[in-house]
Amino acid sequence: MIALVKRPEPSRVFSLAAPVLAVLATMVFGGLLFAILGKDPLLAIKTIFWEPVFGEFAFFYRPQLLIKGAPLVLIAIGLSLGFKAGIWNIGAEGQYIMGALFGAGVGLAFYPAESALIFPLMVLAGALGGWLWAMIPAILKVRFGTNEILVSLMLVYVAEQFLASMSLGLMRSPEGMGFPGSRNLQQYASAHNADLITGSGMHWGVVAAFIAVIFAYVLMARHRLGFAIRVTGDAPRAAAFSGVNPARLVLFCLGTSGLLAGLAGMFEVSGPAGQVTIDFNVGYGFTAIIVAFLGRLHPVGILLAGGLMALTYIGGDIAQSKLGLPAAAIQVFQGMLLFFLLAFDLFTNYRLRFGRAEVV
Amino acid sequence: MKFTKLLTGAALAVGLATGAYADDQEKTKVGFVFVGPVGDGGWTYEHNQARLAVEEKFGDKVETVYVESVAEGPDSERVMTQMALDGADLIFTTSFGYMDPTINVAKKFPNVKFEHATGYKQAENVSTYSARFYEGRAIQGHIAGKMTKSNIVGYIGSYPIPEVIRGINSAFIHARKVNPDVQFKIVWAYTWFDPAKEADAAKVLIEQGADVVLQHTDSTAPQAAAQEAGNVITFGQASDMSQYAPLPRVSSIIDDWAPYYIARTQAVMDGTWTSGNTWDGIGAGMVGIGEISDAVPADVKAEALALKDSLADGSYHAFTGPLNKQDGSVFLAEGETADDGTLAGMNFYVEGIEGDIPL
Repeated sequence: MIALVKRPEPSRVFSLAAPVLAVLATMVFGGLLFAILGKDPLLAIKTIFWEPVFGEFAFFYRPQLLIKGAPLVLIAIGLSLGFKAGIWNIGAEGQYIMGALFGAGVGLAFYPAESALIFPLMVLAGALGGWLWAMIPAILKVRFGTNEILVSLMLVYVAEQFLASMSLGLMRSPEGMGFPGSRNLQQYASAHNADLITGSGMHWGVVAAFIAVIFAYVLMARHRLGFAIRVTGDAPRAAAFSGVNPARLVLFCLGTSGLLAGLAGMFEVSGPAGQVTIDFNVGYGFTAIIVAFLGRLHPVGILLAGGLMALTYIGGDIAQSKLGLPAAAIQVFQGMLLFFLLAFDLFTNYRLRFGRAEVV
Repeated sequence: MKFTKLLTGAALAVGLATGAYADDQEKTKVGFVFVGPVGDGGWTYEHNQARLAVEEKFGDKVETVYVESVAEGPDSERVMTQMALDGADLIFTTSFGYMDPTINVAKKFPNVKFEHATGYKQAENVSTYSARFYEGRAIQGHIAGKMTKSNIVGYIGSYPIPEVIRGINSAFIHARKVNPDVQFKIVWAYTWFDPAKEADAAKVLIEQGADVVLQHTDSTAPQAAAQEAGNVITFGQASDMSQYAPLPRVSSIIDDWAPYYIARTQAVMDGTWTSGNTWDGIGAGMVGIGEISDAVPADVKAEALALKDSLADGSYHAFTGPLNKQDGSVFLAEGETADDGTLAGMNFYVEGIEGDIPL
């Protein structure tokens, strides 16, 4: 008989090994899935994980990894702070949209003036937009005790309505012949978040993501606030006794995650996307939740997890086109990754006991 | 800075060269970028049917690749670039939102031909194409006007863009022509494909008394909602949706891209491909009218088919004056027909439609 027994202490080994095991298990079972679909499983796995980084056209895909991974990492870093403290911002997607709208709004308002000040202003506006949108659930929680999970999630749909309205109305390009969508900021030098080195994929959003990783690391490891976050998550009562102000912590965690999500949206709309359009948001805010957990809520882990997620997206698209794998199979593959992570996570706190149950 | 630019330029050139190298094989490679899943039963389904028709027609001489559910924006740009790098000779990008990405990628690959559906930006190696769906809407409007008993026709709009507004106007004009008391109730779903939202929209319209529901969204959910409610008729959108015939689905607009895709692939093979803008209707076969079911009285069916024939041979234009705009100002004088420019950017309702176009 096999039984689960709670470990007296969470296992450090398993905490680190779980993501690696999850990736391996995903490869095995994903490969099985691909084989059932009649595709060569080894070739499919190789196409997804190897092709983008070391394949024939890696010179194109490597920069794409940065472009795809940066918003994920930037948002996930912000989310991880709150998640560690038990504060659940599920609405990063909405904050991402609002950041993009605020940032693009400032840029479009100045069109066609050229000035070096426009882009920094857009960055500030983007951060403000995301922060404000996150402040709604934060203040409601602090003041009225509402559930931040529900409020932040519902605000995503409100933000999507704003996005549709802006693309069709206020921000619609006057040269767009009545079609929805703003001017393309890629064609407006002062507002364009261009690659710092052409073709490198290294735009300001990537830089911001790296900076966020470093700041989060220092905050969690060295700063008093990081201690407050950790202790609140582990033992809320102990935190209260040690003088942590829970309301202030809620405002800080939701505010910071909103701000970073807003920045991610702003860098995206002014760079790779270029336009405010109805379908501007593609789910980075939700995927970032997976990235945060896949990275063990640790800044360096999140950086790696963001890269891995980006890899499965890019590799997944290549596999679709080259091998004719359906998109649904790729999505199942990505879902497996989270599933196995959660499954192996169990062994951080529990261990298996074989044999007969001991009689106490 | 200069030096690195040079480097990336060189790297891209190498990529282009390899792309060209792949071309040397006799197979013509055609890529398709789809906005939805190929099993959506509507828009993307029909594009994929046309892809299969290309394969069928050319057999071994052609290789097709596709990626489905590609988000508009940077993801689509990456997928197109990837296809071009992998040696595609011709790439169909089948959603309006792929417009700027298509232009961006086309600049980097001057030897690859691009075909962008429903957009308005062309280039040396980028053509645009779309279908005159509004011709099909005229026939739906005629049938709707004749068959409604409550005189309320429901319309599920996707987004308030010219393409959709054109369809509403065309349907309304022809419904009013045969039934002066008919009213349109319009619900905006703000999606092209979301079965749950579309079903909700259909239910709302039916509750408000609509006994005809027209849809400009791609799923079959409104058909199912109408079937459940009973005594409501619908029309298939993008695809025939004949599984709901003879009731509630009484007819449909079918997008038939196959002739165009085959012709353009042939042009690339022959080296005769040139950039252009194609906007074809019933006449050219790009817009198909699905079988009108027996639920429609024989005389109405005959009128609808006559209307179809007159649209097909060009003897009648769906926007023929006298027509006024919603605010009462003159849109088209007696006998005048709308030009393509006005139709392409249409952002107003015709007289008689109630409500505002949301912004």
